[in-house]
Amino acid sequence: MKGKPIAAIVSAGLSKFGKLENYAGRELFAEAVYEAFERCPKIDPKKDIKAIFVGMMSESFEHQGHIAPMLSDWAGLLPAPAIRTEIACASSAAALRTGIFSLLSGIYDVVLVGGLEKMTKRSTVETTEILGMAADYPFEQWNGITFPGLFALMATAHMHKYGTTEQQMGLIAVKNHHNGALNPKAHMQKEVTLETVMASRTVAKPLKLYDCSLISDGASCVILTKLEIAKRFCDNPVYIIGSGHGSDTLSLYQRESLTSIKATRNAAKEAYNMADLKPEDIDVAEVHDCFTIAELIAYEDLGFCPPGEGGKFIEKGTPTLEGDLPVNTSGGLKAKGHPVGATGTAQVYEIYLQLTEQAEKRQINGCKIGLTQNLGGSGASSIVHIFRRG
Amino acid sequence: MEKSNCEEVPPFTIEQFFRFLKEKKLMAAKCTNCGKLHLPPKPICSNCYSKELSWIQLETKGQLLTYTIIHIAPEQFQKNIPYAYGIIELKNGLRIPGIIKDTEHEKLKVGTELEVDFETEPSPNWPQWPRYYFKPHISTQ
Repeated sequence: MKGKPIAAIVSAGLSKFGKLENYAGRELFAEAVYEAFERCPKIDPKKDIKAIFVGMMSESFEHQGHIAPMLSDWAGLLPAPAIRTEIACASSAAALRTGIFSLLSGIYDVVLVGGLEKMTKRSTVETTEILGMAADYPFEQWNGITFPGLFALMATAHMHKYGTTEQQMGLIAVKNHHNGALNPKAHMQKEVTLETVMASRTVAKPLKLYDCSLISDGASCVILTKLEIAKRFCDNPVYIIGSGHGSDTLSLYQRESLTSIKATRNAAKEAYNMADLKPEDIDVAEVHDCFTIAELIAYEDLGFCPPGEGGKFIEKGTPTLEGDLPVNTSGGLKAKGHPVGATGTAQVYEIYLQLTEQAEKRQINGCKIGLTQNLGGSGASSIVHIFRRG
Repeated sequence: MEKSNCEEVPPFTIEQFFRFLKEKKLMAAKCTNCGKLHLPPKPICSNCYSKELSWIQLETKGQLLTYTIIHIAPEQFQKNIPYAYGIIELKNGLRIPGIIKDTEHEKLKVGTELEVDFETEPSPNWPQWPRYYFKPHISTQ
């Protein structure tokens, strides 16, 4: 399997991300699916899509369980069978991986994978509580931790061990807002200065408001096919050449390290090995910046820089649009938005646009290899995929 | 610190951990086969699958490994904000997280000596567990 593609992407769709008061999650999902069909007119939705795999984190936001068949209905795909996957914020990367398994098993030849979350109708306090469910209940939630708090604990540990600064984390927010300002589907399309980031109010010290990703509504999807039939649907498919998944303890305090996420390192190792590639082969990446410190640690865990040097990596400008390894060209979770269940396949959507030269103002010219990294919880789940231009 | 392994050994469960907490005891499970310590306890050792376990009472003092000051919290902690939260490492290497009380937030740093402070009145809300906190450890020489 080394270096050989495992599946093809023939289309992708993304709803607008943001505070979309008039839309339910299922309606946003239908919008994402509609775009995917629009981009790929040779797909016959009623005939070609054999199954749906969809990620969503929580029933609590819309008080709605059993969403998979409902989404098949709203996307006009019944009687195609649908299954929901859930590993917190990595739920739709899990849907993608499950979709790949279904193709490799030989059961299906074309599947739609995606994700959604409708978050903004809840108050910030309610949302903090709902997202908190992805942490261990008796030993983290019960005794007062929050998600910003968990990543703040990692940030304090990283600052203490390596001398990483709040300014370095702030530069990641500045970069991602710059990219988001170029993305018409981003939740926040405005530049911010380092001064604004540094002056924003504390959420969980040392993390400030501008270190945190956005609470958003949105949906995303990708259409996958077996390799042999991809060109039946489009001339320039994107190939998935690596897929890796790591799990670790649900609780942060029980992990080997507080400054590195082992699940990401394990997922990256598996994906790089399958693709027969190294970190220096990556041209463009979308990584899980739920908080700026998460992106900084991802640089290190994905091998883009050595452990402890994530701060220098952003200071040098390597992950900017003009740098050698642009990261989060979409604006990331920070500016594009983070409807948690939609994020995994929304990252794939951006890489699909980049590798098919459709990313417009944020296009990285000539990029050939892309990577996505999607994190669940405080790092108990992490999924890495590697893509190649067809 | 080993608790004698007599006939009526309480089950190695999370519920039992909180019952001990109500008695102001911080307890972990120790696998008598491989020696692994489990906090929270597990009824089956996740390291070697042994069911041969014993309870050990832990030291309540430790060092702060990392911390944060939380300003946005869920409903039940609204009354506490801003509050300090940290992970402490106990003398035997086990770690435990929780809220740090009775401390000046500006003075907290990695390495600060803390000790566990027990709340013996269980919360009236589901699931009715008592909570524990950390407070600064003042050494009495």
